Amino acid sequence: MTALPTRKLEAWRYTDLRQLASIEFAAPPPVVAPTLPNIDLPRLVFLNGTLAKELSSPFEYVHNFQTIAEDSTQPLALINAEKAHDGMTLHVPAGVDAGTLLLISYAAGSVPFAFHLRHRITLGEGAKLTLIEIAKGEGVYWHDPVIDISLEQGAKFAHIRLQDESREAFHLATIRARVAEAAAYDHFTATIGAKLSRTEISATLTGTGALAHLNGAQLLTGTQHGDFTTVVAHKAPGCPSRQTVKSVLAGTARGVFQGRIEVDRVAQQTDGFQLSQALLLSPGAEMDIKPELEIFADDVKCSHGATIGALDAEQLFYLRSRGIPDDQARSMLIRAFLEEALEPVTQPEARALLEEAIDNWWVKQ
Amino acid sequence: MLEIKNLHARIGEKEILRGVNLVVPDGEIHAIMGPNGAGKSTLSYVLSGRDGYEVTEGEAIYDGQNILDLAPEDRAAAGIFLAFQYPVELPGVGNANFLRTALNAIRRKRGEEELDAVAFLKQARAAVKSLHMKEDFLKRNVNVGFSGGEKKRNEMLQMALLQPGLAILDETDSGLDIDALKIVADGVNALRGPKFSALVITHYQRLLDHIVPDVVHVLSAGRIVRSGPKELALELEAHGYAGLEAA
Amino acid sequence: MSTTDMQALAEQKYKYGFTTDIEMEAFPRGLNEDIIRMISAKKDEPDWMLQWRLKAYAAWLQMEEPNWAKLHHPPIDYQDLYYYAAPAKAQPKSLDEVDPELLKTYEKLGIPLHERAALAGVAVDAVFDSVSVATTFRETLSKAGVIFCPISEAVREHPELVREYLGSVVPVRDNYFAALNSAVFSDGSFVYIPKGVRCPMELSTYFRINAKNTGQFERTLIIADEAASVSYLEGCTAPMRDENQLHAAVVELVALDEAKIKYSTVQNWYPGDAEGKGGIYNFVTKRGACRGRNSKISWTQVETGSAITWKYPSCILQGDGSVGEFYSVAVTNNYQQADTGTKMIHLGKNTTSTIISKGISAGHSNNTYRGLVKISATASGARNFTQCDSLLIGDQCGAHTVPYIENRSISAKVEHEATTSKIAEDQLFYCRSRGLSQEDAVGLIVNGFCKDVLKELPMEFAVEAQKLLSVSLEGSVG
Repeated sequence: MTALPTRKLEAWRYTDLRQLASIEFAAPPPVVAPTLPNIDLPRLVFLNGTLAKELSSPFEYVHNFQTIAEDSTQPLALINAEKAHDGMTLHVPAGVDAGTLLLISYAAGSVPFAFHLRHRITLGEGAKLTLIEIAKGEGVYWHDPVIDISLEQGAKFAHIRLQDESREAFHLATIRARVAEAAAYDHFTATIGAKLSRTEISATLTGTGALAHLNGAQLLTGTQHGDFTTVVAHKAPGCPSRQTVKSVLAGTARGVFQGRIEVDRVAQQTDGFQLSQALLLSPGAEMDIKPELEIFADDVKCSHGATIGALDAEQLFYLRSRGIPDDQARSMLIRAFLEEALEPVTQPEARALLEEAIDNWWVKQ
Repeated sequence: MLEIKNLHARIGEKEILRGVNLVVPDGEIHAIMGPNGAGKSTLSYVLSGRDGYEVTEGEAIYDGQNILDLAPEDRAAAGIFLAFQYPVELPGVGNANFLRTALNAIRRKRGEEELDAVAFLKQARAAVKSLHMKEDFLKRNVNVGFSGGEKKRNEMLQMALLQPGLAILDETDSGLDIDALKIVADGVNALRGPKFSALVITHYQRLLDHIVPDVVHVLSAGRIVRSGPKELALELEAHGYAGLEAA
Repeated sequence: MSTTDMQALAEQKYKYGFTTDIEMEAFPRGLNEDIIRMISAKKDEPDWMLQWRLKAYAAWLQMEEPNWAKLHHPPIDYQDLYYYAAPAKAQPKSLDEVDPELLKTYEKLGIPLHERAALAGVAVDAVFDSVSVATTFRETLSKAGVIFCPISEAVREHPELVREYLGSVVPVRDNYFAALNSAVFSDGSFVYIPKGVRCPMELSTYFRINAKNTGQFERTLIIADEAASVSYLEGCTAPMRDENQLHAAVVELVALDEAKIKYSTVQNWYPGDAEGKGGIYNFVTKRGACRGRNSKISWTQVETGSAITWKYPSCILQGDGSVGEFYSVAVTNNYQQADTGTKMIHLGKNTTSTIISKGISAGHSNNTYRGLVKISATASGARNFTQCDSLLIGDQCGAHTVPYIENRSISAKVEHEATTSKIAEDQLFYCRSRGLSQEDAVGLIVNGFCKDVLKELPMEFAVEAQKLLSVSLEGSVG
């Protein structure tokens, strides 16, 4: 197996995989009784990394799993390529609006195990798709998915993810999107579960007017570690990109955001914006942010902003002075804090799913 | 009835209120005037329970209980409403959601039934209309991007909905033009009645042309140094605050 | 345009590119323990100082040149450099004994050393290659109890202070270049401001590299005792040469309770020619420790020179209520490379830091802001505000921002903003329609872009810095 990355690699300076390396992972056991979300949409269900046909609904654009050569140097994608044996291959033909699909990964087992799903999603010219991805489970496991996305001219892909893995699990996702002229990739990941997680997304904008929207919300507590890493590569002129990442950290949780906007020489009229904000709810929490700009074209507008702080005392007082109890006032402010990141999630089922997950998280605090 | 007895309060090491005594019976509107630094804003924050102020002595009894021990939300439920000098912006929090949450929290505490969305909206729309505000007011985020006048209107809208027994207006008139001033005055005057009282804190007399007080108090260096009928405000306007300590 | 005209234009752009013809004494090329012993002996150092250097040398041998910065250069052959070069004549005792050739050099650089001609209110330590050749106003300063002298002299005359503080902010093993400097440093300035003293004049050091193939390894140590304050300025120039020259300095600042140190730099080392040939490699470690309560260290830098700049003036905010500031303008043109920024390490309660960085890239240059804001769990109530803006002129250059923000304090507030933009056509047009030339308009806009930093400079430097910005960007638009 390709070696796990260490903190000596600049891209991994804030996330230490030593605790993952120390665990022996067995092959995934069969799943007996999965608890699956109750959402009325066509779905693909993977149990411990294998497609469960009996729990999945037919979706005409899904094809059999294909292995794909891995030519990157990303250690986790390489490991995935060595081990992946299942995943979703989805192609939406030109001009087709495929509606919304649910992609569920459920994992459970009594000894530590690992699975490496590999998904490939392509949208033809002008095609449309919304994918709601839910990762859940129980026990100790390592879920290492790779999702490769290719959007042809004018295609629109909304990709909404809820990472709600077992609190003992490791979730290390690599998501790579290539976005052609006038196509749009809208991404949102809510990170709530896993003991240690990393969501690494790269979006490469290859044609004029391609759009990438990479948003995320991390709600972490206890000793959880959540890493949200993005790279937006502007390789064509006139592309907008937006990133809004919000982290709410309780307990002694640690949140990480690394975001880079790269602007190639040819990518004039780039409009890149990135915002990263974190709320620390308790004294032991930590947030590390590294927002990078790497710019080689002169006619560009790129900016980033980052803030880290506690809940605003003025706002809290204002709410309480209107009769709203402290706990409820805090929850309102946290929801409001996350709202900006959630904004692009308009699909009703997805929205409801995320709002419920956020509210549940708060109730448990 | 609000009864403040020998109230001392400080911020850090600095004593700001040095024995305030004041009684505001139900149905009356009292004005508190005084020079900058007299402790006017401190008094309003101490009464509404903001952090950072330490009460070292005295009490403030409202409707039979000492409110100084209560959390801010419990004071609101008890019927105290502070109209802020600088209303706080709440990005991401919709005005309607905010108002409904507040109203229902108060109703819950008072043992009243909560309002559902439909019943609430009906009430809120009526209040918006009576304050001559646009309906999109309810959809906007609380105070975000509001002009000074709009923020004050929003404070009055909240007051109209929450129906407090005691309103404290903390220099609500600062920086307002005459139209906005009238909105504030209309908001307060609309609530006037035997069960409503108000403490109007102001540096200038002009607000009192529109909200006519029953009693005017002068706060200076942390104490009430003079009290009198509404004409006192005119006198202060004419002669200033100098020499009040002696009086 | 003829070749001579071109030459004239180039020289006008870097007007400090001349060389001083003077008899020099230099040690043999290369670096080994013997060279270090020779440097130490030359300076008549006590044994503890020599041992310190040797330890640093041993550490350096074990270390590797850092490669994490966005900088590219051919490998440096450390055995091909001269580590000591100085005017051959004996150390002057007073200004009257200074070689007239040297006095002329400094006059040409705009730094007259005779006190009657000097800038009023500014005391100067003039460092020429490896030695300090003159320090002005020493008597005026000593009346106030201020010690301002070459560091080589401080090692002999004030060993208790030097031993206590040297290497206490930048440890010998801190990084590759700091270790090298610790082994071979030759001269630099030493400042001690005693308790309660406000330094009566601005202190400044003027660094000049003259000799060929010589590395300059200056070392500066400034200590502000309780409630003391000082403003210190630093300027640097070098002749135009085709070879790259190494400058690896270490600057340490220590501020005790209520003390204030303001450190300003106008860095104008030779940047190399329009093709990227020659120029100084400026690999510098600058760090200040706010050890005392309510102490303050403020760095202001205007970086226009050097082929490569690698420099992160930093603050360790240890004392409760201490304040760190970093104001920077970095301009790169032609093939210059700059990787510069700061570190603000918050340890004490209610510590505050402000970072304002303005990067301007033109030509084929690359300009990187790299910074760390670290708030430890002990730093309750800490505040940081960071603003880094980049301006690109032309489409062959690069502007990069690499901030690291690490916060472990719930009551801290950290705010960071960064933008990248170009000079707007309508701004240029507006200026030109009012009669400004293209270059004047660019100069005006760039100066406006840098205003928040330039206003932090002491008056004497601000005007100079503004001119420098315009000159550095000459030829970048057309």
